[in-house]
Amino acid sequence: MDFHLTKEQLLVRKMYREFAENEVKPLAAEIDEEERFPMETVEKMAKLGMMGIYFPKEYGGAGGDVLSYAMCVEELAKVCGTTAVIVSAHTSLCCAPIFEHGTEEQKKKYLPDLCSGRKIGAFGLTEPNAGTDASGQQTTAVLEGDHYVLNGSKCFITNGNVADTFVVFAMTDKSKGNHGITAFIVEKDFPGFSQGKHEKKMGIRGSSTCDLIFEDCIVPKENLLGQEGKGFKIAMQTLDGGRIGIASQALGLGEGAIDEVVKYTQERVQFHKRLSQFQNTQFQIADMHTRMQASQFLVYSAAMKKQNHEPYSMDAAMAKLYAAESASDVTRRAVQLFGGYGYTREYPVERMMRDAKITEIYEGTSEVQRMVIASHLGVK
Amino acid sequence: MAANFNSADIAAFKNVWVFCEQRQGKMMPTTFELISEGRKLADELGVQLCGILLGDNVDGIAKELGGYGADKVYVCNSPLLKNYTTDGFTKVIVDTVEDLKPEILLFGASNIGRDLAPRCAARLHTGLCADCTHLDVDLDGYVNFLRTGSSLDVDNMSFESKLFDVNKNLKMTRPAFGGHLMATIVCPRFRPAMATVRPGVMKKRVYDEALANKVEIIHPAFELNAEDVQTEVLEVVKAAKKMVDLIGADFIVSVGRGISKDVEGGIKLAEQLAEELGGVVGSSRACVDAGWISADHQVGQTGKTVHPKVYVALGISGAIQHKAGMQDSECIVAVNKNDTAPIFEVADYGICGDLFKIVPLLIDSIKAAKAAK
Amino acid sequence: MKIIVTVKQVPDTSGKVAVNPDGTLDRASMQTIINPDDMNAVEAALKLKDELGCKVVAFTMGPPPAEGMLRELMAMGVDEGVLVSAREFGGSDTYATSQIIAAAIDTYGVDDDDIILAGRQAIDGDTAQVGPQIAEKLHLPQVTYAGEIKKEGNTLTVKRMLEDGYMTIKVGTPCMITCIKELNTPRYLSVGGAFEAYSKPLSVMDYNALKDHPLIDATTIGLKGSPTNIFKSFTPPQKGVGLMLEGADKGTTDKLAGILASKHII
Repeated sequence: MDFHLTKEQLLVRKMYREFAENEVKPLAAEIDEEERFPMETVEKMAKLGMMGIYFPKEYGGAGGDVLSYAMCVEELAKVCGTTAVIVSAHTSLCCAPIFEHGTEEQKKKYLPDLCSGRKIGAFGLTEPNAGTDASGQQTTAVLEGDHYVLNGSKCFITNGNVADTFVVFAMTDKSKGNHGITAFIVEKDFPGFSQGKHEKKMGIRGSSTCDLIFEDCIVPKENLLGQEGKGFKIAMQTLDGGRIGIASQALGLGEGAIDEVVKYTQERVQFHKRLSQFQNTQFQIADMHTRMQASQFLVYSAAMKKQNHEPYSMDAAMAKLYAAESASDVTRRAVQLFGGYGYTREYPVERMMRDAKITEIYEGTSEVQRMVIASHLGVK
Repeated sequence: MAANFNSADIAAFKNVWVFCEQRQGKMMPTTFELISEGRKLADELGVQLCGILLGDNVDGIAKELGGYGADKVYVCNSPLLKNYTTDGFTKVIVDTVEDLKPEILLFGASNIGRDLAPRCAARLHTGLCADCTHLDVDLDGYVNFLRTGSSLDVDNMSFESKLFDVNKNLKMTRPAFGGHLMATIVCPRFRPAMATVRPGVMKKRVYDEALANKVEIIHPAFELNAEDVQTEVLEVVKAAKKMVDLIGADFIVSVGRGISKDVEGGIKLAEQLAEELGGVVGSSRACVDAGWISADHQVGQTGKTVHPKVYVALGISGAIQHKAGMQDSECIVAVNKNDTAPIFEVADYGICGDLFKIVPLLIDSIKAAKAAK
Repeated sequence: MKIIVTVKQVPDTSGKVAVNPDGTLDRASMQTIINPDDMNAVEAALKLKDELGCKVVAFTMGPPPAEGMLRELMAMGVDEGVLVSAREFGGSDTYATSQIIAAAIDTYGVDDDDIILAGRQAIDGDTAQVGPQIAEKLHLPQVTYAGEIKKEGNTLTVKRMLEDGYMTIKVGTPCMITCIKELNTPRYLSVGGAFEAYSKPLSVMDYNALKDHPLIDATTIGLKGSPTNIFKSFTPPQKGVGLMLEGADKGTTDKLAGILASKHII
């Protein structure tokens, strides 16, 4: 496999790095502390095409590729896990299913606003009683003439309070189980739709997370995404792509923590030696870097396969599993290397550690990734 | 090129000239530094030092130039020269130079000098060395300068050249690559050899009234018409607020990136310390770039070159660009959290610690030390 | 109408700078960046383009890898790049450099309503000479140190910054304006721009392309055509390491104040 980045990818990565350093990093501690969604950053990212990186220009996208998108999330996450997941959820969980499963009319109607960042997207699958077991959907959709009526609620919805456009799943035929689930495009202003309160979280605290509530919510028939009964498949395919985004976020968090550790251990002196002179520090950092480098190979490989329309479901699962667990491990070790200072909010590593934990949980827990990988290997 | 008038017979060029910059009829202080330095060069060459002064009715400020060493001042008065214009000033200077043939022509490296000098050099077809910090004609003087001002092993070096007379050509030394390197430039084949000189670097001589009375004021003939000037000056505005006088300050307290966690607080502490010392606040480029403090506070390669009695660097890492502007201060005090910061390499006294904790203590200590005197 | 921007790829002197034993710069070990003031010129050009829809052409003189810089500018929105590159141009001082770039711009063509923008100075040499000297060679009026540019028809009103204030200057096109940091904040390249950059036109002007231009002959370009020569280059001496005071408390500051007082510095 060729891991050489193209000239275009090198160019965008340079921009991502400068943007992250100058525009994102200075806000990271503040939005975490205040649990504030960084709308001003989203507006800046929108101008630069970062809210629709790999979608064609005809739909308002930037005409880039999947790897450029993964690198964007990675570079953002190096300095701010929150900003990274905003892009990831918007792109992978809302733009992508509309682009991949929408009708031409739906794409023309929704993608230009989403890709240009004029509107933010979100994805509603998880319910209070349907987490890892997504097939246990309790939200229902009933066709009544020219529209569906949705009832139920979704929870832990990333970008929930700020999004305008939602890809939502509901049961149209309970008797068919998975095959009774259908996907819809729901707009914030549809009657009967409302957003719940902001969820207080351990990490990615600037990201908006909330419930979505459907009370006789009227969704026009033309907002059915794909076909009736195909919702579960759409959800699973969407999550395959989403895992590349979250894996990239985990990757960036781990790499960002290593950057901080390398800097700090060369400054901090104990026992008349720089921390970097202790073999424990050297070995720790070597292990941390090796894990993140391996994660990067898995993530980039999955991104390239998606770009080339090759099967990538298992690759995305492995990338997310390994990058997320590595990120948690690496950020935890980073805090340990910083010692007491690492535990304070004076330094960013404790935030990175809190942010990293979620990557092992959302868009499929590590356990779900293991199930996916094992099933691809025929181990059932 | 047609203009070989200045390369065919370079011996025909004689005397050292200084462009005397005035704004609104007031001489820029750098001019006196240049006249003082020009005097040294003229003496080394055994020639006259001449000022060239352009403006509208500026005879009155010409005499003072004599007090710093000018033998003659060429004054060109015209309503068209009232405000500085590139075109007007270039034409008059180039025509006068072609006429009177100086061998050296110096400008202050001000925003105006650096606009005018390159344009003149391009029209004259001669060499120009920008932003010089040291000038020599005599080789011995140059070698002595290198002995202390460089890391070169001057005693085992050859300074001879087959191409030009090393003892007669102006050797123009300037920092390059942000101060990482120094280069000495010569202009052996064309005249005049031109240089812009960094303000604040050359030492002003003691003013001598007797010399001022002897200066010869000459009005050379020149031609300048309105159509020669392609730009129009609509207004000239002096900055409303007083500019920070870094160059003249005895005490400078500068802030760097180390104030980032509380920018306002950090600047305030620097102001308090500066006030206690009777000085002004300076800054590294990082703070100016970040928009924390205005550019007139900037010390360093792209800012001002200073040599106060005491320079206090607070949270400044000491990038070479910054050091280039302050390392000749008489006494340097550095406070930085990082004990390996390069600023400590040039500091006379260093404290490794948090400036937000140390500065208030230092202010108290200075107060106490002063009271005890 | 079009806007020509002159740009230069420079070693990043804000990072670690390595010097060879012979006193020359170890360029191979240094990162290159787009000269910061030139970025302000590019931004000024792109702002005018946003407003007026005119074409922006970037000119640079340098070795072939400078193409990467031109592509980066194209990703920001520059429409076309011209790389002036030849062995014969090497070793040029500011006079010779201006001569060559002026010849290149003249060969490309300057129309009556064109504007040429340059950065005030490059961080490798900090001379600020090439902009004005190009203007002189092209017989164009110049305004340097531009802190604000307004365009109305073919007239520009420029706020020209001085150390102690500013001048407001009116100048007609075609003209040369040199730009400073205060003029604007350069934009980032965009994702869409990056994916278009390598399909935009880029031409190389080598010695053959320019040799018949009246400004170009062996006595005016390259090392031999440069009026100035480097006589010596050297590194400034390092000042000896001073006294590192122990501790970071009141005792430490008392000691420092005591030393300064005893030396009659305060």
